[in-house]
Amino acid sequence: MILDAKIPEGPIEKKWTSFKNNAKLISPANKRKFKVIVVGTGLAGASASATLAELGYEVETFCFHDSPRRAHSIAAQGGINAAKNYQNDGDSIWRLFYDTVKGGDFRAREANVYRLAEVSGSIIDECVSQGVPFAREYGGELANRSFGGAQVSRTFYAKGQTGQQLLLGAYSAISAQIGLGRVKMHENSEMLDLVLVDGHAKGIVTRNLLTGEISTHAADTVLLCTGGYSNVYYLSTNARGSNVTATWRAYKRGAGFANPCYTQIHPTCIPVAGDYQSKLTLMSESLRNDGRVWVPKAKGDTRAPQEIPEEERDYYLERKYPSYGNLAPRDIASRSAKEVCDEGRGVGPGGLGVYLDLTGAIKRLGEKTIRERYGNLFEMYQNITGENAYERPMRIYPAVHYTMGGLWVDYNLMSNIPGLHVLGEANFSDHGANRLGASALMQGLADGYFVIPYTLGEYLSTQFGKKVSTDMPEFKKTEEEVRARVEKLLAVKGNVPVDEFHRQLGLIIWDECGMARSEAGLKKAIVDIRALRERFWKEVAIPGEGAELNQSLERAGRVADFLEFGELMCIDALTREESCGGHFRVEHQTPEGEALRNDDKFAEVYAWMFQGEGNAPDLVREPLHYEAVHLATRSYK
Amino acid sequence: MSTMHFHLRLWKQKSKESEGDFVEIDAKEIPSECSFLEMLDIVNNRLTIEGKEPVAFESDCREGICGTCSMVINGIPQGPGRGAACQVYMRKFENGQTITVEPYRVDAFPIVKDLVVNRSAYDRIIRSGGFISEHTGGAPDASTTLIAKPVADAAMDAAACIGCGACAAACPNSSPMLFVGAKVTHLGLLPQGQAERKSRARNMVRTMQEEGFGNCSNYYACEAVCPANVPASVIAMLNREYIRGEMSEAVGAID
Repeated sequence: MILDAKIPEGPIEKKWTSFKNNAKLISPANKRKFKVIVVGTGLAGASASATLAELGYEVETFCFHDSPRRAHSIAAQGGINAAKNYQNDGDSIWRLFYDTVKGGDFRAREANVYRLAEVSGSIIDECVSQGVPFAREYGGELANRSFGGAQVSRTFYAKGQTGQQLLLGAYSAISAQIGLGRVKMHENSEMLDLVLVDGHAKGIVTRNLLTGEISTHAADTVLLCTGGYSNVYYLSTNARGSNVTATWRAYKRGAGFANPCYTQIHPTCIPVAGDYQSKLTLMSESLRNDGRVWVPKAKGDTRAPQEIPEEERDYYLERKYPSYGNLAPRDIASRSAKEVCDEGRGVGPGGLGVYLDLTGAIKRLGEKTIRERYGNLFEMYQNITGENAYERPMRIYPAVHYTMGGLWVDYNLMSNIPGLHVLGEANFSDHGANRLGASALMQGLADGYFVIPYTLGEYLSTQFGKKVSTDMPEFKKTEEEVRARVEKLLAVKGNVPVDEFHRQLGLIIWDECGMARSEAGLKKAIVDIRALRERFWKEVAIPGEGAELNQSLERAGRVADFLEFGELMCIDALTREESCGGHFRVEHQTPEGEALRNDDKFAEVYAWMFQGEGNAPDLVREPLHYEAVHLATRSYK
Repeated sequence: MSTMHFHLRLWKQKSKESEGDFVEIDAKEIPSECSFLEMLDIVNNRLTIEGKEPVAFESDCREGICGTCSMVINGIPQGPGRGAACQVYMRKFENGQTITVEPYRVDAFPIVKDLVVNRSAYDRIIRSGGFISEHTGGAPDASTTLIAKPVADAAMDAAACIGCGACAAACPNSSPMLFVGAKVTHLGLLPQGQAERKSRARNMVRTMQEEGFGNCSNYYACEAVCPANVPASVIAMLNREYIRGEMSEAVGAID
């Protein structure tokens, strides 16, 4: 099998323009005839639904939440990047492109990233016109701040609630279309399988979470906008409901799963406090604009941070990476935190924490300014830890936050299953092995507002006269398979709560496929995951029935998929015998402990293909060609 | 880590049609550092091990921003203190305290099961006008619209609403006017929102009434419980906008 990325010819600056000039158009009269299913209503799903409906397509959108406004994009804090250069500080499309490719440790697809940078400016225009209340300067201009991995200020923000405001913008756009009858919205509907007709994605099977009703839905194409799989770690900054089920089910129907081992560990989260904990909370990276990260120079120093004099503190990011300092990219900042904690210099309970100190900034700028910039974060911190960060530095530690891997897509955002498009965090294409801060919001909205409306015609123009309906045997068969899986879960009747399996899976993956990975560890993890999976299917407890709201059943279905997916993640990490970005194999590091890539062997996308239950997956490689940027060792020194 | 004990009174109700009642549960050995929802997780997992059905409750982000939580803790929608129910921590309670947990009691939010209610009425209110009609691709450069900082800040304060429904749940009239006012204020303050200003307020308030919600009579309970700190002044703005919208239609003005 060959994966053709369908990258347009020509120099990188011209590819997207030349694509658009030659793209297949669908006339307004024909758009009405095509039905599009969108799964998920985060930034990618809501923006795609609204935009495709505006264009005249018939759109049906599904989300498992009670309202499209609840999708987890809402929790993004810091901001959204765009190459507007409003600050006159030397930014450009090229720089945003280059920073993103370099930030991704040269494992992203160049052409996709350039397009992302190219449309970034339009996203800001679009959002402002929807009424997104971005932060402003006194004269009324838009304000910007800096984020990790960049030396310019290109991040637009709305307090510490940028994701909320962007999502509510997209939600208002989809709401307008629902009101007009152009989007049919199905809330409380979880996608449990993908339906293929003659090898093309033509529909989905869903379970209504309130009634338990299982139903099928047909369309001309399916868009998965279902987010990432961070919750395979159990503890992550993702919402409790975020899951891998939709993309995993698509994988089991033949879609390639690309680079599943590329996960992002965010450096600034509130440390884990106990095993009762249900999730981790992020403290926005934007705090690193004004905050300084440090630990005591001496091991086991238990003094209160205020009592440790300046000369006995190690501002390790500033020391190791003088030119980027506290704004070093996420993977590097996380690894450095782990390093100092491994040395025994960590702070707080268990020694798993470092200080993020804004006391200097408070002195310099005044508490009022800091309160204005980060007030909600300080409040959140106090709520969770009971500590006042205006008086003493925050304690932070890395936590799983985002997943760069996802379903393989070509330049048109279509997977190797014809008709299956994948947008936002659910696909793999733009962030390589590490995502830069404020780029997830950019990618989700770019895919939905400005990419898929142009690329969808490439597929749909081949589908005239190929209507399918849910009466077809393919739909009935898939529906029966879904029913059988639900019954199978309910039939286990064990006595161990779902959360227990999820927590154990999380510990295995965090220990062996987290911030540091080794051959022996990954091999052990695979064995442990298999054993855990076996136990799950014998012992899981799911009280209640299928035909009602049953939250244990919902969670069990998701955890069952995580238990399969976790194994693939470890297989991918084991096969990628190099370190790059967030994927750090301890066998492959420089003498200074930095990630050591092996470009000769691994400048490739690894797409895994399902080969049936119990069989090893097939690996298909897509070579990455760097024409515009030179492969270089990433340096932030 | 120290642990605490609580006496819980949890609302159980199979469905909208069936009768509900409180069940009494002793929640023992709860870590004092855990959150309210983590305490409920522990209780639910214990029930599951005993072969009993856990109490259904909604939550998702667990950091106070998604608005999925919807419970009343000791009579307070979204619980005591600022923030949503997921931001309530057990250290705020007394050891041994009795805690009553029940669903929102609002006719327009029918009960689904236990603590879960259906808040889709809020989505329908937004769909009737809580947006700026524009289409992707038609926007001018973002820098062409200057918005003074105080205006942008006030719009942001209103836009911070998380759509959780606590305002209607706290109000003796079951009025969602803090929610409606937040959207009308957010969009009405901004230059982009001017074109539909009158029809927006008119349509949203009409939908709100059709859904069976009541009107504001100045109790300020909504402001007191709002997890997102939306100020009650948005209701004053809503009233002004609504009157303007209705008057405009009554006299046949072009809006």
